[in-house]
Amino acid sequence: MRIICPNCGERDIREFYYRGSENDLDRPKLEDSLSNWHSFLHLRDNAAGEVRDLWYHEKGCNSWLIVTRNTITHDVIRTELVNSEDEGLA
Amino acid sequence: MRFSALRILKESLTGNKNWTPHWRNPSPKSAYDVIIVGGGGHGLSTAYYLAQNHGIRNVAVLEKGHIGSGNIGRNTTIVRANYLLPGNSEFYSHSLKLWEGLETDLNYNVMMSQRGLIMLCHSDGQRDAFVRRSNAMRSRGDDAHMLSVDDLRKLLPYLNYDNARFPIYGGLLQKRAGTARHDAVAWGYARAADERGVDLIQNCEVTGFNINNGRVTGVETSRGKIEANKVAIVVAGRSSQVAQMAGIRLPIESHILQAFVTEGLKPVINNVISFGMGHFYISQSDKGGLVFGGDLDGYASYAQRGNLPLMEHVFEAGMALMPMIGKAKVLRSWGGIMDMSPDGSPIIDKTSIDGLFINCGWCYGGFKAVPASGYAYAHLIATENYFHTASNYRFGRFKSGYNLMDEEGTGSQHNLH
Repeated sequence: MRIICPNCGERDIREFYYRGSENDLDRPKLEDSLSNWHSFLHLRDNAAGEVRDLWYHEKGCNSWLIVTRNTITHDVIRTELVNSEDEGLA
Repeated sequence: MRFSALRILKESLTGNKNWTPHWRNPSPKSAYDVIIVGGGGHGLSTAYYLAQNHGIRNVAVLEKGHIGSGNIGRNTTIVRANYLLPGNSEFYSHSLKLWEGLETDLNYNVMMSQRGLIMLCHSDGQRDAFVRRSNAMRSRGDDAHMLSVDDLRKLLPYLNYDNARFPIYGGLLQKRAGTARHDAVAWGYARAADERGVDLIQNCEVTGFNINNGRVTGVETSRGKIEANKVAIVVAGRSSQVAQMAGIRLPIESHILQAFVTEGLKPVINNVISFGMGHFYISQSDKGGLVFGGDLDGYASYAQRGNLPLMEHVFEAGMALMPMIGKAKVLRSWGGIMDMSPDGSPIIDKTSIDGLFINCGWCYGGFKAVPASGYAYAHLIATENYFHTASNYRFGRFKSGYNLMDEEGTGSQHNLH
């Protein structure tokens, strides 16, 4: 599996850190309900097929990326940068 | 049909013509007391213990493929009870005891081989942690022995003891641990369940749950509608998809775990060796192949095959631990889909729907749990009470934070296991 970084082009998967589902970007506010926090921290759609998830180009441009890929075929379909307002995840 | 040495001798002298199939191949009835969704190791053992311990025999096991085609036929066959945390340790302790009596219980040769499992340590701190673990194992009633480097050198002379990064400081041996033949475990449980009246229905995919006023009434399948008083999901590798059909979102992320087998070699590795710091473990099968594996590939996947970087990592770890392994040729490799839970421990619980149960989240440790998981799950299904060895395996622990069982001590979030 190779990931196409918008900044660096097609790169070896070893350069990237996998954070998890795109869900990780929807961080609840501190005062949000326990159920929302539980859902954010633990519950996952975990789809078999096309998913959007969060990767970090650790050994490249240090950008957070949203990668659209297929979990059954390992095809990488699309890669985009996480919006600047969501930066600072690391 | 009972298996015995006498029977094998008799059949061998008469051309092996009188063996019969291990189980029937029935069509589904219109209704059952209990439907088990998933004919893997855990589903089959659940069916067996429902019939054997609770007298519930009007049971169907619905399997999408054929018996033995999932993770029960794709694992590294290790059986052990060397867990530390309360909640886990008594469960795996019970499982190992069931393994020890399994061949007699099932009248089936599962090739249980208590060849001993050795975990290696590489620093003073890790050795201290192992001493603590071995004390916990012994105080629970299981066996554990700390081995010095001199002990290890006699037992495993081929290891590289002076690796610059991970010199070997000692090991923790559990003599009662070992391996069992994974396919035979599936076949043995399937045959024993079938003998007790359970219908094993293969090529029957569940496509939906029928739920009426918050209570499950049966399932829709590729072979028609089947009614049931109780439905038990146990479909590791596809838990999220099956639960979603009942409107349940699980704390599960699916990952690939790869494993490898070499060509057959003469006996060389007599035990199971676990090199935790390299995420590498190895044993030798009875056919002679070296069976070894490593860590997860590290991203959600259902591909049933891994990528090359992790393969390279596993082989490097193998070479670092036992340089002689470089002479062996890898014959085949595979990737299994693991139900990864946030804290690395499983779930055996009721759901928010009456009569619907779920058993999932075995991470990369499902095989050794097959007997105790079925035992505890059958108890829960039959009595609606939690069996004492599995009473901590509850959904609610993630939301409340109470009784989390983070055996690795890495934190209870998805990307940490």
